[in-house]
Parts: sequence; C-alpha cells; structure tokens
Amino acid sequence: MTILLTLAARDLRQSWQSAGLWLPVAFLLLVASLYPFAVGPDAALLQRSGGGMLWIAALLASLLPVDRLVAPDRDAGVLDQIALRGIGEETVILARLIAHWLGFGPALMIATLPAAALLKLDGATIGLLEAGLLIGTPALAALGLLVATLTAGLRSSGALAGLLALPLAVPLLIFGAGTLGDGSGAALKFLGAASLLLVAITPFAGGAAIRAGRE
Amino acid sequence: MSRAGLHLSGVACARGGRLLFRGVDLAMEPGGSALLKGPNGIGKSSLMRICAGLLRATAGTVDRHGRIALADERLALDMEQPLEAALRFWTRLDAVASDALDAAIAAMALEPLRQVPVRMLSTGQRKRAALARVIASGAPIWLLDEPGNGLDEAALDLLGTAVAGHLAKGGIVVAASHQPLPLATPVIVAMQDHAWAEEEA
Repeated sequence: MTILLTLAARDLRQSWQSAGLWLPVAFLLLVASLYPFAVGPDAALLQRSGGGMLWIAALLASLLPVDRLVAPDRDAGVLDQIALRGIGEETVILARLIAHWLGFGPALMIATLPAAALLKLDGATIGLLEAGLLIGTPALAALGLLVATLTAGLRSSGALAGLLALPLAVPLLIFGAGTLGDGSGAALKFLGAASLLLVAITPFAGGAAIRAGRE
Repeated sequence: MSRAGLHLSGVACARGGRLLFRGVDLAMEPGGSALLKGPNGIGKSSLMRICAGLLRATAGTVDRHGRIALADERLALDMEQPLEAALRFWTRLDAVASDALDAAIAAMALEPLRQVPVRMLSTGQRKRAALARVIASGAPIWLLDEPGNGLDEAALDLLGTAVAGHLAKGGIVVAASHQPLPLATPVIVAMQDHAWAEEEA
C-alpha cells in the first residue's frame, strides 16, 4: 500500500511538472469555443449537439498526454529499477492509473462547466454530462494508459496510440453521449459497466505489455 | 537474512534472432566479485540484465538469493527533482532507513549537490548519483554496468572504497568495465570465449 502511494505520488508530481495536466483542459475549452464558430450561433442547435461534442472533445483530450505516460520512464530505466525491487508491473500501472485520473479527470470535469456555458447547455444537461464524465473519465484515463503501455518504445507512438484507442473508446462515447438524451439512466449504467471493465483490465494488460517490451 | 548468492549455469542469450553468447557459468558467493570483459556488442549488458532478472535467458538457469541493485547507463532519476529528493524516492521503495541515503551520498561525495536538480549534474556526477542509489539500496548483490564511465580519479577511488566495503560485508559485485576497476580478486568472465562463432553453426 505504501509502495502504491509512493508511486502514485511521484506520478502525479511528474505529470504536474510536465504540464500534462493543463493540456487536456486547454484543449477542451478551445474546442468548445471553436464549435459555435463552425456551426453558427444558433442556441437551439448548440444546445442539442453541444453535449455530444463535449464528449468527443473529452475523449480526444484524454489522448493528448499518452506519449508522456509511460515511454519516458521506460527509456530512463525507471520501470526497470522498479521491477528490480520486486514490485509488480500491475502495481506500477495501477498507481499510474490513479495518478493519471486524479490529474486529468477532475480538471476535465471543472473545465466542462465553462465549456457548457459557451454552448448554452441547460442545467439538467450539465448535470448529466458531469455525472457521465465522473463515471467515464476513469475509463478514458485507463484507455490512454493502456495504449501508452502498448506503444511505448515504438516510433511515432502518438499517432498509433490514437488509432488503437479510438475504436476501443466507441462504447464509452455511445453510452456517454447516450446519457444526455436518455431519461431512464440505462446509458449511465452501461457507461459504468464499460468503465469498470476498462479500469479492471488495464493494470493486467498494461503490466503484460511492459514485461513483453523488455524482451 | 539468508546468504546472498548468484549462480548462473549454461546461460545463453539471443537478441533479435541472433545468438550473442552461450555456456556462461558463474558462481558467486558472499564476498565474491566478478568482472565481465569483452569487446562492444558481445552481450555484457544483456548478461547483466539476465543476472538482474530483467531479461530471460534463452537457455540455462539463473539462481538468485538476495536483492539486486543495478547501475546501468540509464539514470532513472527524475530530472526536475533535487538530487536528494530523487534518490529518496528509491530509498523509500527500498524501505531502508534514511541514514542509509545520507551515508551513500557521503560515500559518493555528493554532499554539496544535494539540492541541485538532477538535470544540472554532469556526466560523472550523474554516474555517482546512480552508484549512490546502489549503495543506499542495501541490496547484497550489486550489478555495475560500466561503473567507471565518466568518473574522475577521485571518484574512482570512492567507487573502489565503496565496493571493497560492500565485499567485506559479504556482498556480491558483478561489474562490466573496460576501465581497470579497483576490484581485489575478481573472477574474470571473458565473454569472447562464449561468443557464438559463425563457423560452428
């Protein structure tokens, strides 16, 4: 447990220092402010399509820090030094997942508030959007981390990470954006299921990817 | 703590479909040291990683008793952190007392650099920092890959003192180096004797 906290604290500090925290927030706000220019200032249209657009922006924002999540530590030998100390790769990835979500999930949820205001979303939609992001951002963080472990050490890993992550993110997008027009709460439950699945498999799949990358 | 030991028998290593070496035997008991010798690319670093358990041997067995500390060409210290804080992250994972780090910093003469960010350190100072992590770890088995690279004479003496102290305490040191290292009576592993010769294939 101490090991997990030590690792997570370092990961959080590292992402803070590498400005990896502000990039997704700035991206989300930028997209939200550009969108009305593209589709016109029609309030009804913005209101209807804005929530789904913010989900796409959140998804793409989660891919921005992918190339800095695992590759620098792999190249610097940090992952090997951790392995020498008998700490499992699963623990390393779990700590990193916690740190990555803490750095990016809440920040994205806060940034959604001004972004929603720019798109004239009403209170109920903002509530659903925030609830969906609370459930969905751990999955986005897990997905970003998973493709980061898979592509670490490859050339042009950033582009490849996008190609790998986007198909896997489709269920999140469908259920996430689906919560906005759905009164029954079923989409929220499906989103929770997809999120749990991704969060649960990421430490194991990511740990296996790091071990395989050593050979 | 049980007795430290490192035993290799008939170890072979293939990288990228090419056999680098085979039939490497090594039996290290407490207080023993070994020096890997051989030209570049013969697989000294790969053998180090096999000893460390980071790489699987293609053939043969590796038997380790005791924790491992490795200093290779990669620093693995956070560049933006002050040296002391960067090293403390590792001693925290090692769960050693904090005076172990102080002793290691003193042993590598890094006292004046404690608060200097790691990215500001020179090549030799970085190497000393990596060696300080090995010393602080308290691990009985030290694997040193080119530990003398970039070190000046004074620092080489410090390294020699640290290694001698470690061996006297019953530790094990395996080093790969082109420079003469201050090891008293190392077992020499001449890697070229184990290299895979094409004509035999």
